[in-house]
Amino acid sequence: MAEPLLAVKDLKVHFPTEDGLVKAVDGVSFSIMPGETLGVVGESGSGKSVTFLTVMGLIPPGQARIEGEVVFRGQDLLKLPVEEMRNIRGSQIGMIFQDPMTSLHPFYRVGNQIAEAIQAHRKIDKKEAGDQAIDMLRRVGIPRPDERARQYPHEFSGGMRQRAMIAMALSLNPDLLIADEPTTALDVTVQAQILELIDRLKQEFNTAVIIITHDLGVVAEHCDNIQVMYAGKAVEYGYARDIYYDADHPYTWGLLQSIARVDAPRSERLKPIKGLPPSLIFVPSGCPFHPRCPYVFDRCRTEVPQLLPVDGHHASACHLSLEDKDRIFKQEVMVHQ
Amino acid sequence: MRRILFLILVLFLVSFLTFIIFLKLPATDPARLIAGRQTTPEILAEIRTNLGLDKPWYIQYGRFAKGLVPWPSYFLNEQVYYSYGNFIPVKEELYRRLPVTVALTLGAAVLWLIIGLPIGIVSAIRRRTLADRAGMLFALFGVSAPVFWLGYVMLFVFWFKLGWFPSPGLDIGESIWHAILTGKFILPWVTLSLLFAAFYARMVRGTLIETMSEDYIRSARAKGLSERRVIFKHGLRAALTPVVTMFGLDVGALLGGAIITETIFDLDGVGKYTIDAIYDQDFPVVMGVTIFAAFFIVVANLVVDVLYAVLDPRVRYT
Repeated sequence: MAEPLLAVKDLKVHFPTEDGLVKAVDGVSFSIMPGETLGVVGESGSGKSVTFLTVMGLIPPGQARIEGEVVFRGQDLLKLPVEEMRNIRGSQIGMIFQDPMTSLHPFYRVGNQIAEAIQAHRKIDKKEAGDQAIDMLRRVGIPRPDERARQYPHEFSGGMRQRAMIAMALSLNPDLLIADEPTTALDVTVQAQILELIDRLKQEFNTAVIIITHDLGVVAEHCDNIQVMYAGKAVEYGYARDIYYDADHPYTWGLLQSIARVDAPRSERLKPIKGLPPSLIFVPSGCPFHPRCPYVFDRCRTEVPQLLPVDGHHASACHLSLEDKDRIFKQEVMVHQ
Repeated sequence: MRRILFLILVLFLVSFLTFIIFLKLPATDPARLIAGRQTTPEILAEIRTNLGLDKPWYIQYGRFAKGLVPWPSYFLNEQVYYSYGNFIPVKEELYRRLPVTVALTLGAAVLWLIIGLPIGIVSAIRRRTLADRAGMLFALFGVSAPVFWLGYVMLFVFWFKLGWFPSPGLDIGESIWHAILTGKFILPWVTLSLLFAAFYARMVRGTLIETMSEDYIRSARAKGLSERRVIFKHGLRAALTPVVTMFGLDVGALLGGAIITETIFDLDGVGKYTIDAIYDQDFPVVMGVTIFAAFFIVVANLVVDVLYAVLDPRVRYT
């Protein structure tokens, strides 16, 4: 079996605050193979963004207690000196963010911002970096890239800015692209374009991609594997089709049912998950999802469920028996789908 | 063009208000000031006629209004703008005193930038450390210490007690350069700049902390730039833009006269001219320096607006 590109093992990221210890990420493990696409799904506060900011080394030192391992191409990024981590950032792992409106510096020309990323890692002159930046803009489908490179971010539309961000993140041909809610701030039509662009570039650059999102609908067709996160933990992991057609965790069921559907009868169109995401300081005992789970029983309140294989690749963290889960999924969730 | 018209309108309003205040205040009759103690009603009447004081108020104001036009032959024209006390034209006196005020202002401005910016930057990037606390303690002291108190303390300690710096005040006929080189400006610079340095340190700290939490700073880090470059190229570039605006306005305002500092250190600048004229109820001078100060402020505003459009590509200058 080939080496995974990135393997995160039992990652914990805890922020000490005045109100108590915020357990933003609390024991997450997963891995991604070269060229693979992983979708990470969860509500706000499920720890998905913090997990990948930690992978990127973008959590300010001293602000959080970080434990576990983040092994990227055989080396633990958490143990790497700051300067070496900086070298990996941008060149081997690229990242794009939720809001392209605010993610580009408003005072610098778009082309220069991309060229700056290239020059941070390659010893080439400004002219050459500028030409490469224009080339990248062309490859992400921006028309008249040479003119566009000389413009400022405010002259770009939201979708164009996200394209520019992608161009910047891919300009050094990284092995891994982390896309943190890349389409959340965009119009629906633009969302599809951006996801298709990521799909196409993934092939072109042979890059592994991690798409972080709160919308299971978004990642459906674009991911090989999906990891569902809740309250700083991974609660289910599997191939995309496992998650869609054979989900094994009540939280995943909730996410599936809350995908908006136009063809369903009005009464059934949207079934929100009841309740609010839990506090990350006072995490519920046992299974963190138990206060919101419609299928809760005694064991859930006391014992933390482990992420255990359901069949081979597919794993979930839930105390319900496989038979029960099968029955509930078929009777209640599939009907809705 | 619209800006220039606006500039003239502002000058007009300022002058009109100044005029109204002087007209309505129970001031001493200017004619009496000129005539001295021993006088006759005939002499007073003649002086009044000469000064145009017997005309209706709008004619009187009209004479002054012509001097508002920022054009060499009109601006503070010498036929109207001269001191009732010693008949020296306001323009002449202003131009003689301006170098003192300019030297004081620019020197202090450089000093407060040198002190204020680094303190603000260090405080922001080393937040909640000893350096930050020390910097903010300095800033608190700076904004709390009144200039008149600070000025006298400086003089007492460094001139009177320690004798490190020369006595305050410029000698008659002493050139500005000579005064600067002999250190006569050092205490005034320190005094004037402390408040601004403190203020700027706090402002830079605030804007830089805010900027460093922006998404584009995270993007800059994500592309693997060094922390140095992230702070100095991406952070400061955005954080200092409002500071530049502030700086332009402050310098513009001070060029109209740093009244307290000039008074304490006996510097014959525009500020001291103003305060003396007010004491003497020397109306043309008060009017002249008020217009002059307003002119600097309005021009500074104009410069800042243009500068802002240059610094921030999102702003278009119209």
